[in-house]
Amino acid sequence: MADDDLNSAEEEANMPTPPRRRFLLGAGTAVAAGLAPAVHAQAALPASARSAEPETLLVLTAPEAAFFSAVADAMIPADELTASGTDCGVVSFIDRQLAGAWGGGAKLYRSGPHRSAKREYGYQLSLTPKEFFSAGIVAANAWSRKTWKKDFDGLTTLQRNEALKALEEGKADLGHLSSRQFFEALLELVMEGFFADPMYGGNRNKVSWKLVGFPGLPALYTKLIVTYRDKRYAPEPKSIADFS
Amino acid sequence: MVTKLKEVDAVMVGMGWTGSIMARELTKAGLTVVGLERGGDIKPSEHFALPNVRDELRFSRRQELIQDPAMETLTFRHRPSESALPMRRFGSFLPGDGVGGAGNHWGGHTWRYLPSDHELRSHTLQRYGDKAIPAGMDVQDWAMSYAELEPYYDKFEKLCGVAGRAGNLRGQKIAGGNVFEGARKNEYPTPPLEQNLSGMMFAKTAAELGYHPFPRPSSNCSRPYTNIEGLTLGACQLCGFCDRNGCEANAKAGPHVCILPKLRADPKFELRTRSWVSRLVYDKAGKKVTGVIYTDTRNGEEYEQPAGIVVLSAYVFGNVSLMLNSGIGKQYDPVTQKGAVGKNYCYQLSRMGVTMFFEDRNFNPFMGAPGTQMVIDDFNADNFDHGGLGFLGGAILTCGHGDGRPISFRPTPPGTPRWGSAWKQATAKWYQHALSISLSGSNYGNRNHYLDLDPTYKDQLGRPLLRMTYNFVDNDFKLSEFCMQKAVEIARAMHPTILGEPRLRRGDYDITPYQSTHNTGGTIMGLDPSTSVVNRYLQSWDAHNLFIMGASTFPQQGAYNPTGPLGALTYWSAEAIINRYVKNPGLLA
Repeated sequence: MADDDLNSAEEEANMPTPPRRRFLLGAGTAVAAGLAPAVHAQAALPASARSAEPETLLVLTAPEAAFFSAVADAMIPADELTASGTDCGVVSFIDRQLAGAWGGGAKLYRSGPHRSAKREYGYQLSLTPKEFFSAGIVAANAWSRKTWKKDFDGLTTLQRNEALKALEEGKADLGHLSSRQFFEALLELVMEGFFADPMYGGNRNKVSWKLVGFPGLPALYTKLIVTYRDKRYAPEPKSIADFS
Repeated sequence: MVTKLKEVDAVMVGMGWTGSIMARELTKAGLTVVGLERGGDIKPSEHFALPNVRDELRFSRRQELIQDPAMETLTFRHRPSESALPMRRFGSFLPGDGVGGAGNHWGGHTWRYLPSDHELRSHTLQRYGDKAIPAGMDVQDWAMSYAELEPYYDKFEKLCGVAGRAGNLRGQKIAGGNVFEGARKNEYPTPPLEQNLSGMMFAKTAAELGYHPFPRPSSNCSRPYTNIEGLTLGACQLCGFCDRNGCEANAKAGPHVCILPKLRADPKFELRTRSWVSRLVYDKAGKKVTGVIYTDTRNGEEYEQPAGIVVLSAYVFGNVSLMLNSGIGKQYDPVTQKGAVGKNYCYQLSRMGVTMFFEDRNFNPFMGAPGTQMVIDDFNADNFDHGGLGFLGGAILTCGHGDGRPISFRPTPPGTPRWGSAWKQATAKWYQHALSISLSGSNYGNRNHYLDLDPTYKDQLGRPLLRMTYNFVDNDFKLSEFCMQKAVEIARAMHPTILGEPRLRRGDYDITPYQSTHNTGGTIMGLDPSTSVVNRYLQSWDAHNLFIMGASTFPQQGAYNPTGPLGALTYWSAEAIINRYVKNPGLLA
């Protein structure tokens, strides 16, 4: 990530947040109501993102991609430490996860009857993760429009933070969905995208591993555990692709 | 239509640790054995190879090696008055899947239960009197003493190449080992692993406070080791990916590394994967089983495998479910407290601890293994006086790193938000500098904690799911509180820059976050057929050619992880089968 990206990101912080760029290119007018035209959003983008080809998505609709992008950027804002969640690849990660086996409900017992239950009983819905997030985004955008007259991705940075906090505290009215449950699922997925091996589409450039000092692979520490006892061991991280 | 196959001497239901050990012992004794495994086969050289074995998302989060709840899960409720709901995802515990079972993804902690664990009821009554066991609690003695099981503990350690340091060698107490352990005939097969800074800091402070720290015994070989099967394990690379993953170094003991190469080469043994046993064929009048019925998941067809001996070697829940779905034995009833199948389901108190932050220390939390952690046993079991404390049992206190994988391991000081710039700053600042003292506590039987069949939900074969009725009780909260005070006392004495909030055991059991895959009970051992399911040789009281392995036979759960004892018990039972049962089939006295 070049330095100028970070500067642009800081300038962006106090402006109405542009719709999330690559994900909205070609999205059409249906989702753009109330948002800055795509061309303005382009102008506000860092050079690297501007020059990038439009992101190819597997399953996310344009509004879903815009929503996840806005959430990823609020949870992982561009700052002096890293690029934004979206620029770290979190939306690509989410798209691929929801398109894959996990998103389709793998390793989930889905037989009925389905009943609402205490939190300690765990997930009890019939929805697959892909369906759950789809439903959650529709509800969250409806709530956002009711509260701020805009979809979530059209909110300012401050409003997004306020909205996420309300979701986190269970104060957002998502109709039949639980605000807290939706938020927890979002947070988990975004953090997985940020910290997982980059081959899944997130954690681009091993940005999160550099952030915390996780070396990744090959992780052969028999001798290093002694050499680096009480000394920071922080080589350039390597991922699975580096050894493939 | 069920296709009837040719009879074999013995059939194993499940090919994890216990099925592999038992099959190996029986084929060595000349018996023909079929190993039925519901999941697929695993070849460590292919499935656990670098670089892809270092994948936190795949193994830790998406649970690659874990049982698929869509095939079979459990239902759960806190108390008998509630309707149970299915565990739609595994979270609190993670049963294994495929050949090798949970022996593929375990961390490797390998303990011997304490002599007092083996005789919990009589020991407690003797030391504290008749009123020491609170109403509703059910603790029982094991069906054999520690001394009787010692040679079998020894054998299992030599199968696994366990790394550790003895604390009681033939009665001689040795500082630096666990001085509370029962007398052992032999030292551990391999020396302890190199310690992290974190474990060393904890051990130093704990020793200064008068406690007795020692390295956690674990099946993470500290150097190449040739085991009792003549198979060679590699040296642990301290990669930090141990639990929930396979091991590319063949340093973590497991059926694939320690036994299966020999077993696969033995013509007396046949492994059948994708073979899901739905029930046993029970001859109630004859008090025996004649074989098992299984579905081959590759064609959906049912087969009957007749066998002279049937060994239940599935996970705890599989064993109990097969007993109930086959109508063997009497279901436990919490109202009358009669019946033994499903009784004394116990768990382990986990997910408790206190996190410390040291500004000027570098822990490299990604380096390590379960065996690079230090432990004190001073507040475990009955290693301390419980007089006036109002609870029984205790916890081990452990400290060290070995799982600094960043999706899951990202400690931040109290008050840090969970997202946004402030979160990011704190995560970057403290990842290298945080460590926790963790507690793992014992869990004893309760009259309202049991397993039975769910009236509503079914598995993919159409069988009722097992239903778990379980919650934490007063004893657990008091135990947690007491042991946490000790942990916090040590943590304070370590002088961290910031001391986190203690994570105590409070409130109802939550099945969502991971706690421990150390479920026990349901087919417990004992000397009385009315309060146990198997006898002292793990032989069913209701079918003399049926033997049940694993932690489902534990009358209650200690603070230690159960793999050591369940390995020892399998060798113990195998010896009785070979030397006594085969020669003279019938109930072993």
